[in-house]
Amino acid sequence: MSDSKTDIVIQNLLKRAAPGRGEFEDLVIVPLFAVVAALVLGALTMLATSVEPATIARSYLALLQGSVGSLNAISETLTAAIPLILAGLGLALGFRAGLFNIGAEGQILMGGMAAVITGFSFPFLPVYLLLPLCLLSGALVGAFYAGIAGWLRAATGAHEVISTIMLNLISYRLIDYMLRLPFVQREGRSDPISKSVPDHAQLPELLDWIDPNLRLHAGLFLALAAVLFVYWLLFRTKIGFEFRASGASPDAARFAGMRSGLTIVLAMASAGALAGLAGSVQVLGVLERVTPGFSAGIGFDAIAVALLGRSHPFGVLLAGLLFGALEAGGRQMQVDAGVSIDLIGIIQALIIVFIAAPLLVRALFPWGFRKPATAKGK
Amino acid sequence: MAIRNKATGLLAIAAGLFLASATVASAFTACQVTDTGGIDDNSFNQTAWKGVLDAKEKLGIEGRYLESQAETDYEANINSLLGGNCDVIITVGFLLGDATKKAAEANPDQKFSIVDYAYDPAVPNILGQVYATDEAAFLAGYLAAGMSKSGVLGVFGGINIPPVTIFMDGFHAGAAYYNEQKGASVTVLGWDPKAREGLFTNNFDSLDDGRAFAQNLYDEGADIVLPVAGPVGLGSATLAAELGTDKLKIIGVDADLYLTDPERKQVYLTSVTKRMDATVFDVIKQAMDGKFEGGILLGSLANGGVDLAPFHDMEDAVPAELKQELEAIRAGIVDGSIKVAPK
Repeated sequence: MSDSKTDIVIQNLLKRAAPGRGEFEDLVIVPLFAVVAALVLGALTMLATSVEPATIARSYLALLQGSVGSLNAISETLTAAIPLILAGLGLALGFRAGLFNIGAEGQILMGGMAAVITGFSFPFLPVYLLLPLCLLSGALVGAFYAGIAGWLRAATGAHEVISTIMLNLISYRLIDYMLRLPFVQREGRSDPISKSVPDHAQLPELLDWIDPNLRLHAGLFLALAAVLFVYWLLFRTKIGFEFRASGASPDAARFAGMRSGLTIVLAMASAGALAGLAGSVQVLGVLERVTPGFSAGIGFDAIAVALLGRSHPFGVLLAGLLFGALEAGGRQMQVDAGVSIDLIGIIQALIIVFIAAPLLVRALFPWGFRKPATAKGK
Repeated sequence: MAIRNKATGLLAIAAGLFLASATVASAFTACQVTDTGGIDDNSFNQTAWKGVLDAKEKLGIEGRYLESQAETDYEANINSLLGGNCDVIITVGFLLGDATKKAAEANPDQKFSIVDYAYDPAVPNILGQVYATDEAAFLAGYLAAGMSKSGVLGVFGGINIPPVTIFMDGFHAGAAYYNEQKGASVTVLGWDPKAREGLFTNNFDSLDDGRAFAQNLYDEGADIVLPVAGPVGLGSATLAAELGTDKLKIIGVDADLYLTDPERKQVYLTSVTKRMDATVFDVIKQAMDGKFEGGILLGSLANGGVDLAPFHDMEDAVPAELKQELEAIRAGIVDGSIKVAPK
């Protein structure tokens, strides 16, 4: 096929997939190059900290091995990706509605706490009632907690960035306090740790029949279902249209007769429900209990996931998998090559920097943008 | 011909790879999972890692480590060390207790050892390393009570868990013993051994908390502070360095912080050392010699597993009389005539 013909085919495909070529470049090529540039800069950082080139090569090999190189690696990648995808979807939803929600961390904490309390409070319920009830309570509490910020924004105009950050700080102390309550704290322990949820409130492990060390759990299906659901909600429903319209232009949405206040509260609450679900899945699938640090920065990593995924549900899915792979592979990197785990943090941060500055990426890789066809084939 | 050359080349590469993997497999490998303070915390995790480094030097083993950045990492980190590459997996810290037990039960052929945790009943493939830290902390409490000008001592912990509070118990009991012997009334802020309540930062990594908690204790009159929270104490040391050692002195924990934290070495009156490096080394040696057994390895004042570090720069500041009393108390603790348990 000649070059011009390919070009036309691609152009036609693009017209259907995305409104403009610029958008395609933003959606696919910028993230792709951001990852490549971050890996290269990560290698340079290692060189600068006097790591030998052979070790750098070994560490990137370990990154690959630890993320997709074995069944255990894939299981770890997916396990790490599940909460990132769920929380990332919530944030993407907020971004689409023009709300910059920094509060996923707090919503994860509150949601996870609610799921655990429900889990150990009703151990007599059968699994088909208890597990959905735990997940539901996590989502509802997350939605309520985020809804506070949404209501503050709608009713008083308090900016959601500030209020969600503050709500995060409140949630940390609230968890500390709740973990000291006699009915939450584990018997015989004086440190802040909750009771464990009963076995039948836990998300079943999917691969433990192969090897009991494989931690992948049924939260994976929940995450995939959430991707489809958010896609449907955003692009196929009236409420999703209202989210997107008020995100694109709040004034226009208001003049078109949309109730902006309600839209804000609903968007925040749906985002919170997804983050709360992420927290619930983490405690019901992996941790079995709550400790003060159990959110482990997932709520902040999820911001990066949503940004990298360009706030598109499928983008979030891929970005979540990438971040999960970085986390799982980062461990292997440390074990095999003795490279500090902090380097993975640097690479993640670099990816975000490049995503946030598409012009920088375009300047670094000018040839990648004149001919999308060749760039895509790369 | 070319094809044949290529084949020979491939064979050589394959043989090389095989040899390489064979030599890697033959070396005894000890793997360590740290707690959240990180491998370079100048105290808890670093001391445990030093045990592996010592074994590397003296026994010629391979050492690997994985840092836990959050409590959620414990299981995942242990998990990525499974699979036969590690001859012994050493987890560092009480909080890894549950995760270690779970992994040990799922992998009965893998040898585990954990610092600061003992299982009851014992798990056959876990060797718990525990320490009678209160014996050394008792000495530190007596010393601090004797050195304090304000008559107020301060202590705070990382998280309210036994391996932390045992320091605070011993410190409190040592100061109380001083009061009993001398008819003094030195008070210890930050820990109530009866109510089991006290000051806790609820983390093992925030240097800011270390500074703020020491500041609070200093404001309440304390002139010697014992931070029992790994690297958090470095924040307290920074405050002491700024205020000057006349106003605030710090007692280090786990390692001799005068040596591991040379930037602020002048602020350390002494350190309550917990020789995790020695017990980790012992565990590795036992595993290498095929003598590994599940159970408990106890470090005490008698076997040097816990101790009081030298006074270094403060050698002249500590009165000779106090030093003699400390020697007598040490002998008393070792022979059992002085009880360090809180009354």
